Amino acid sequence: MKLKSRHLLGLDGMAKEELALILDTAVSFREVLDRPIKKVPPLQGKTVVNLFFESSTRTRISFELAERRLSADVVSFSTAASSVSKGETLKDTARNIEAMKIDMVVIRHAAPGSAHFLTRVVDANIINAGDGAHEHPTQGLLDMYTLREKFGTLEGLRVCIVGDISHSRVARSNIYGLTTMGAKVSVCGPATLIPKDIQQLGVKVYHRLDEVIPEVDALNVLRIQLERQKSGLFPSLREYHRFFGVTKEKVSKASKPITIMHPGPINRDVELSADLADGEHSVILQQVTNGVAIRMAVLYLLGTTN
Amino acid sequence: MKLLLKGGRLVDPVSGRDEVVDIQIVDGTIERIASGITVSAGVKEIDLRGKIVAPGFIDMHVHLREPGYEHKETIETGCASAAAGGFTAVCCMPNTNPAIDDESVARYVHEKGKGVCDGIVDVYPIAAATKGRKGEELSPMAELVQAGAVGFSDDGAPISSPEIMRRALEYSSMYGVPVIQHAEESSMTRDGCMNEGAMATRLGLSGIPPIAEELMIARDVILLRYTPEARYHVAHISTKNALAHVRKAKSEGLNVTCEVTPHHFTITEDVVSGFDTNTKMNPPLRTKDDVAAMKDGLRDGTIDVIATDHAPHTIDEKEVEYTTAPFGIVGLETAVGLCLTELVEKKVLTIVQLIQKLSTNPRRLLSLPEIVFKEGEAANITLLDPVAEWTVKTAAFRSKSKNSPFDGFRLKGRAIGIINNGKALFF
Repeated sequence: MKLKSRHLLGLDGMAKEELALILDTAVSFREVLDRPIKKVPPLQGKTVVNLFFESSTRTRISFELAERRLSADVVSFSTAASSVSKGETLKDTARNIEAMKIDMVVIRHAAPGSAHFLTRVVDANIINAGDGAHEHPTQGLLDMYTLREKFGTLEGLRVCIVGDISHSRVARSNIYGLTTMGAKVSVCGPATLIPKDIQQLGVKVYHRLDEVIPEVDALNVLRIQLERQKSGLFPSLREYHRFFGVTKEKVSKASKPITIMHPGPINRDVELSADLADGEHSVILQQVTNGVAIRMAVLYLLGTTN
Repeated sequence: MKLLLKGGRLVDPVSGRDEVVDIQIVDGTIERIASGITVSAGVKEIDLRGKIVAPGFIDMHVHLREPGYEHKETIETGCASAAAGGFTAVCCMPNTNPAIDDESVARYVHEKGKGVCDGIVDVYPIAAATKGRKGEELSPMAELVQAGAVGFSDDGAPISSPEIMRRALEYSSMYGVPVIQHAEESSMTRDGCMNEGAMATRLGLSGIPPIAEELMIARDVILLRYTPEARYHVAHISTKNALAHVRKAKSEGLNVTCEVTPHHFTITEDVVSGFDTNTKMNPPLRTKDDVAAMKDGLRDGTIDVIATDHAPHTIDEKEVEYTTAPFGIVGLETAVGLCLTELVEKKVLTIVQLIQKLSTNPRRLLSLPEIVFKEGEAANITLLDPVAEWTVKTAAFRSKSKNSPFDGFRLKGRAIGIINNGKALFF
């Protein structure tokens, strides 16, 4: 079994077997992370470039660690020090870097489709580390991994993604991946932050947390960004917290404990209360650990099969 | 130049003529229309058996980019593209730099057209409705009409202010020239780069909601009721409900017309899924429902005109992130093929109706002289092969720009020649 594409652009359209392959591969890399020596040789001699056109701490470090633990040579590039500020196009930047003979590119960019775009202008394997509001496939995979680890299976699992769905690549990758694996996915957020016709992606829409909480096994809570308030999409953080913030009081209404996830970074006590984030049903730090294993699996599968 | 068009089917919506007949043209003038004309010395015979002879096509919505953006297109390359696509006339939009908002620019564009491509393509400027296309003050409309302008539009941008729109309608009505609206309520379309709906949601791209177009048309129709002497034309209509507003306004007897582009009746937002920037245009590609509605509108006459919104951009400008790419695609060299394939072959329109929408109707609504097939009249002709199958190759376009989503499309039917201003071109 192999992945059909030599790139990982998104979970949209990937087959169940492919997703399962990545998750299964990640299990063995997860074990590597618990060893005293956390390094294996499969990408020895390969060069991976991390092209980050948007600030990111967690994802970039996670990718870098994954690459190094697979023994790849790693170069990272972030906007602050880039030639983008000198007016160079994405195409030129990418082609120049490729001219230095590299094998794989991990890209984070604000424009949806930028990873697709790179596949048309360079020959390297492309891994999407977040393209605007489109996809963040490794985040979707690590969320699925974490849920599978906790519940044993994704089939029939009830997951609600809470918050700003419109601007969230995490939401989309979760929706594509989880629905393909047979989970029941819903979204909950203010009507202005739920994109039009999202039901067509196979999810149920809620606007009240108290209605969805009794119906789910896990809540994946998204970060709310203050700038959405300025563009008129919600009135205030205070109001958001009161009606869409996930708190101990609200989840206590459920008949059994609800697993709490968050892709980070958390606005504590805005979208998620601190006690829940640090509580016994939170898997937020497991998500981070599993992220390294998932990225090792993806890099391994793409980097060693062509 | 002496030509004998032999054995072609003359389809002339103006006279209602539809018959196989020979046409002899001498120095650009129709000398004889009859059956069985025999070729005489010095006359070039063109075998048109199975082909169609139509009045010259006009594309009333193109961007020739000159002056100001000659790296994308010039009046010369734009006219070459028009000719290759089967058009004997184009109307060019005023979003040049400087904008066509004063006499000198209008005259420059109009005159320049006569000096390129042997003068075979007539270039009629659409002038800006407001100075600098800023939507604040009316352009000098009377002077612009004298300089050759045939319509007014701030195309690329809407005429947003209801007060300015009202005054533009009133003022232009003195000269019988239409105001052409790029119908978009801009406050609702800010970062949008494709149709709002399921596909935009799937791709994480910001949407351009259909209501942004519908609201502006609805408002303009209300304004038009207030200034019924004016003439109002909706550019590149694209949604089902927008069309319903036009249909209703027409039934009231208001002076409303509208046009659709070939891409809006051929392809849907689904083609955006690969993030090819040649699928990015404004208005955006809409849904299957909207495409079906466009065909209904063409069939029932709500849509008067087919125009391309030919919008050239260079490869470098288009080979960027989807959100950064400029809006627009070229259309002159695929229009006739798409029309024949999507409309005539699929029995949406008869060939007569198609010719009306590519020639008779746009000329009438722009008050351009009617093309008459009669002895002694000037020959202004587009020749069609309705069954030739061909593959679109953007690399072979005469246009300076190649930004088309139709590369590789198999089409049935194409233009095979044009005759205008004493010149003839066969291909």
